[in-house]
Amino acid sequence: MMTLTINGKRTEASGGAILDVAKANGIRIPTLCHHPALAPQGACRLCLVEVKGMRALQPACTFPVTEGMEVQTDSPKVRAARKFVLELLLSDHPQDCMTCEMCGNCALQDLIYEYGVKETPFAGDRHLYPLDDRDPFILRDMEKCIRCRRCIRACDEIQAVNAITMINRGFRSKVAAAFDTRLQDSNCVFCGQCISVCPTGALTEKDSHGLGRAWQIEKVTTICPYCGVGCTLDLNLRDGRVIKATSNWNDSVNRGVLCVKGRFGWQFLHNPDRLTRPLMRSSLWREISGTEGTPAKYDGFVETDWETALDTVADKLSAARTAYGPDAVGILASAKCTNEENYLVQKLARREIGTNNVDHCARL
Amino acid sequence: MTIEELERIRVEVNQELAARGEQAMPNGELKPPRPGEVRVVLRNCGQINPERIEEYIARDGYFALCKALNMTPEQVIDEVKSSGLRGRGGAGFPAGQKWLFARQALAARPAPADGAPAAYLICNGDEGDPGAFMDRAVLEGDPHSVLEGMAIAAYAMGATQSYIYVRAEYPVAVEHLQTAIPQARQLGLLGKNIFGKGFDFDVDIRIGAGAFVCGEETALIDSIEGRRGEPRPRPPFPAVSGLWGKPTSVNNVETLANVPQILLKGADWFAGMGTEKSKGTKTFAIAGKVKNTGLIEVPMGITLREIIYDIGGGILNDKQFKAAQTGGPLGGCLPAKYLDTPIDFESLVAAGSLMGSGGLIVLDENDCMVDVARFFMDFTQDESCGKCPPCSLGTRRLLEILTRLTRAEGTEKDMQTLEYLTENISMASLCALGQGSVNPVVTTMRHFREEYEAHVLDKFCPSGVCKGMFHYEIIADTCNGCGACRLKCPDKVIKGAKKEPHEIDLANCIVCGDCYKACKFAAIAIRPGPTPRSRLPNL
Repeated sequence: MMTLTINGKRTEASGGAILDVAKANGIRIPTLCHHPALAPQGACRLCLVEVKGMRALQPACTFPVTEGMEVQTDSPKVRAARKFVLELLLSDHPQDCMTCEMCGNCALQDLIYEYGVKETPFAGDRHLYPLDDRDPFILRDMEKCIRCRRCIRACDEIQAVNAITMINRGFRSKVAAAFDTRLQDSNCVFCGQCISVCPTGALTEKDSHGLGRAWQIEKVTTICPYCGVGCTLDLNLRDGRVIKATSNWNDSVNRGVLCVKGRFGWQFLHNPDRLTRPLMRSSLWREISGTEGTPAKYDGFVETDWETALDTVADKLSAARTAYGPDAVGILASAKCTNEENYLVQKLARREIGTNNVDHCARL
Repeated sequence: MTIEELERIRVEVNQELAARGEQAMPNGELKPPRPGEVRVVLRNCGQINPERIEEYIARDGYFALCKALNMTPEQVIDEVKSSGLRGRGGAGFPAGQKWLFARQALAARPAPADGAPAAYLICNGDEGDPGAFMDRAVLEGDPHSVLEGMAIAAYAMGATQSYIYVRAEYPVAVEHLQTAIPQARQLGLLGKNIFGKGFDFDVDIRIGAGAFVCGEETALIDSIEGRRGEPRPRPPFPAVSGLWGKPTSVNNVETLANVPQILLKGADWFAGMGTEKSKGTKTFAIAGKVKNTGLIEVPMGITLREIIYDIGGGILNDKQFKAAQTGGPLGGCLPAKYLDTPIDFESLVAAGSLMGSGGLIVLDENDCMVDVARFFMDFTQDESCGKCPPCSLGTRRLLEILTRLTRAEGTEKDMQTLEYLTENISMASLCALGQGSVNPVVTTMRHFREEYEAHVLDKFCPSGVCKGMFHYEIIADTCNGCGACRLKCPDKVIKGAKKEPHEIDLANCIVCGDCYKACKFAAIAIRPGPTPRSRLPNL
């Protein structure tokens, strides 16, 4: 254990960066390029703190604590430097919060509010990029990019895809796929992890644009319906309707990581074609109910309830087994089921029906 | 290779060289030493054939390595520490101390299980300052002195593998290294079990891709690792976690080229040169308005006046000295009052500038300090990597303001904004490039504030550089009517009879300056105010 002083208060720490030790002591240090799921890089200069004995200010996210260290996290000098960085960022940022998708959920907006930056003192060039809507799912508004590189690190460290990186240098540097091509021409897999870590409105979900903003959204934590991994995700609801799916960083299964299906494949939820009740073949329905007429909602199918549907399946399977023997029956399970569900399917086939004809779509 | 074989080569080749006579090898910018110069690093440049290792051996080459390998690494570190050798790349960190830190970090961690090198030495040859070519001269003219220095440094710090990072703009340096390394390997001076002492060491070349920021050690390490060259925050320092996370010492070409001489001649010899805290010699590339430009090597503690007036021969055309820009684009401009300041690491920093890697640009009365600041800011903002906002956005804003000032568009608020920017950029930037980028602006504003004020308040460039902010006027009392200006004028707007005072037709003058340069009698003055044709279109 080492002893250090933060804002005049003595504290103990076993190690780590100033940012972590401060957080453990209830001291908030503003950050922009820092993300708990990503390696710190000390680039945005928002978490600058005063370390006694150092001429320049130091980034709290990378600077390790040492014995006897004296740190000031909120001195006038520190606040002035942070305000300066925000003024610079604002000088190269379109001030269109009124119509920005991320308004109310933007780290830059919050900090500019906190530090009272009314306007930037620096008149000068601003990056002018056309809105990049060449790709599905991901809308890139690079004018809003503050070059914090969270997206690049997520693509590298979390997804290990490395589809995007910095191109050009200095003022002209820009996050892009190689040769600034469309993402679909790069090795991007459209997991959208970049969107989930973007602190501003530079990267947003294309299909959710204009559907609602942070304060209009109610988040419901649920499980992704697509595969057996069972990723946790947050469905974002506005007026009872799903408008997007976002990462849930608190979850322990997938730790905020989603794939293209989980993040962008939610539109089926409110699709009128979506099946919400079981269907039965019309011929089967006639046979069971003994009637002639068909409620013709679906071509050749009849809507029914779960009880009838499952009873019918059980009856028919038992009949087939009795008539032709257990090996006349085969069961194909799905990767969308969990391990436990697939285990039960296998029990059903082997113990109840008595056949080894059981397989799984993922084996194909 | 044994010491006896080395001795045999030395004797043989010395006989051969004696037969050849005093014929020096051609070497670019390097001229024979002038009085006041002391050549340690440059001692072989232009004297030996850099493509023959035998000629380097003839000049005592690789004897220092042999001597070092007969000492313990700690003894080598102590020797270099007591010599007072400090890093020649600019920051001036004691070289021996750097190796000691790396050695301690190496001892503190377990040996790598995969057989990879446990520590690395890197030679920084990414010399990027405009007009500076000290390292190039050494790499081209005496590559083996650098290789020998690297071997000694590696032995001292505990590295077995090293990289020499050279910029691609130095093709001859790369070529000579590509010749030198296999030669040294063939003689067993690189490779396994050097001098039979059980020390394995090899060197590979890495060629830079043209980024100034890769001269910063952590960006250089990123570049060698195959990434985009961008500085990392320190700590951790490379000595603890550098190339591929291993303890790494990054030393400048000139630093390493000093090392064999220190081992051979002893720490006391080296410490006998220079000032109390800055020992030895320093190479400088003198450029600008000085009679003798080129490379020089002088003992630390020499004054700017001695360099500029004694070795440099004085100001070109005997004009008035205005400032010396030391330390490259991250250094500062020192006015005449610093001419007698001894040149060492501390004094230059105290004066607001830097030792840097040794660029020295001399400016005279016809250089506009606002324009000089703008020039360096143009360079720095172009070379900013883009990682942190204070540098990537801040230097751009500085450049925009300085450009406005040199276009007669500056305001008093711009002056305040300049001060606000410089103060904060140096405080908040990630690396030395950002932190130092403001130095040319800070020093010119401090020492030449009246020039800034003339640009802002009077829209006048007193040095006659910023177009559209001055015009020329022939002083009738001084003009003797020689006609030189009239003949030079490209637009034929100067009128006057022979031996009568001439006059410029200001309505048609484009203020090109040819007349001003042609006048031998100082009869043409720079006056405030533009002419209708002197403004450049805004690009």
